Amino acid sequence: MRVALVDAGGANLGSVRQALHRLGVEPQLANDADSIRAADRVILPGVSTAAEVMRRLRELDLVNTLRSLQAPLLGICVGMQLLFEHSEEADTPCLGLLPGRVQRLSPAPGVRVPHMGWNRLRPLRGSALTRGIDDGDFAYFVHSYAAPAGEHCVLACDHGSRFSAVVERGNVAGAQFHPERSARVGARLLRNFIEATP
Amino acid sequence: MLSRRIIPCLDVREGRVVKGVRFRDHVDMGGIAELALRYRDEGADELVFYDIGASPQARSVDYRWLQQVSALLDIPFCVAGGIRDVATARAVLHAGADKISINTPALERPALVTELADAFGVQCVVVGIDSIREADGQWRVRSHTGDPDSTRALPLRTLDWVAQTQRLGAGEIVLNCMDSDGVRRGYDIEQLAAVRAICEVPLIASGGAGAVEHFVDAFERADVDGALAASVFHSGALAIGGLKASLRARGIEVRDA
Repeated sequence: MRVALVDAGGANLGSVRQALHRLGVEPQLANDADSIRAADRVILPGVSTAAEVMRRLRELDLVNTLRSLQAPLLGICVGMQLLFEHSEEADTPCLGLLPGRVQRLSPAPGVRVPHMGWNRLRPLRGSALTRGIDDGDFAYFVHSYAAPAGEHCVLACDHGSRFSAVVERGNVAGAQFHPERSARVGARLLRNFIEATP
Repeated sequence: MLSRRIIPCLDVREGRVVKGVRFRDHVDMGGIAELALRYRDEGADELVFYDIGASPQARSVDYRWLQQVSALLDIPFCVAGGIRDVATARAVLHAGADKISINTPALERPALVTELADAFGVQCVVVGIDSIREADGQWRVRSHTGDPDSTRALPLRTLDWVAQTQRLGAGEIVLNCMDSDGVRRGYDIEQLAAVRAICEVPLIASGGAGAVEHFVDAFERADVDGALAASVFHSGALAIGGLKASLRARGIEVRDA
């Protein structure tokens, strides 16, 4: 199993890599089209801004590689937001692998932005990717932008309003929370992603 | 619903966890990785590592223990101490930290908050504030608090600094109330509530936790998002699992570990 970890300047690269190590997987850091295309699984991590990661993907000439990928792809946090058509963060056009636009979370009394901390997951439909994750399980979130809970939402989360915590369509999936820092639930999601039959 | 966070703070000096009373007289508490894993197992929601020797000595954190901790931990952690530029912050984040916390360097050069927010997003940028009530009744900030001999009193009012750091791009604020720090008589609810009233980003209480009731007060009366504590956990006076069970019984949403 070749797992490619796309090095697009995402600051959580190291912690995602270590989370995979804990599962016995040795990922390859990849910043070129050939090694990404040769992988059986591709993970796009991201702690940064949507604009920053998209700029880096364009610089590395990886936009079309990711758009035409056949292997299962998992975007994490900003990496998930980039799967959509557009992000409101600095008005950034994204990869467009999933329909929809990423929007800023709205602050309200008692609803602080960034959404930071452990929040409950709400399954909207079943998926091999989220097997073993139950209604009300907690995951760790740190973000100010999110995708609405649209047709491809598998797990939702509520912070002021409802948004997508995990999305999936075909070989393309994303987690808004940080599986690398979400204890048992996060490890389960990563293991499911690695083990699921495409 | 977003749960309230319980955050053990590990003051790190020369590769060990230490704890002092009112920032003085540091006592060895144990190895970094050993304590980090103990708290993870007990149900800590997040850890903060303060390299307390870093700022006064004008040096940055050592990344070797950081990588080791990151490899072991499957909960988030934040690193503070000696981060004074984007390059250092990037190195700390790449070593595995989820957030960086800046205190003295932000006071010395407020533009640093914006630079970090632009580079990594506001959600990575925590501003730590050490605050004390002065004779005129105003709360004001202190810098260089890692070493009592280097600590400086600034004319800046705590509430003004809280407002300013949010404009600059702080994604979270940790308010350490120095009057109550290390003495376990409870968080400074009055000060926390005053800061809460003007703080739109997550606010973490620090300084003074000694009993379950102190945590209840911080969450219920000051509406903080998280509560940070050190000696009460290090000493074993309060176990995180039991604390969370008590909070849950009081109707406060906390994560089941």
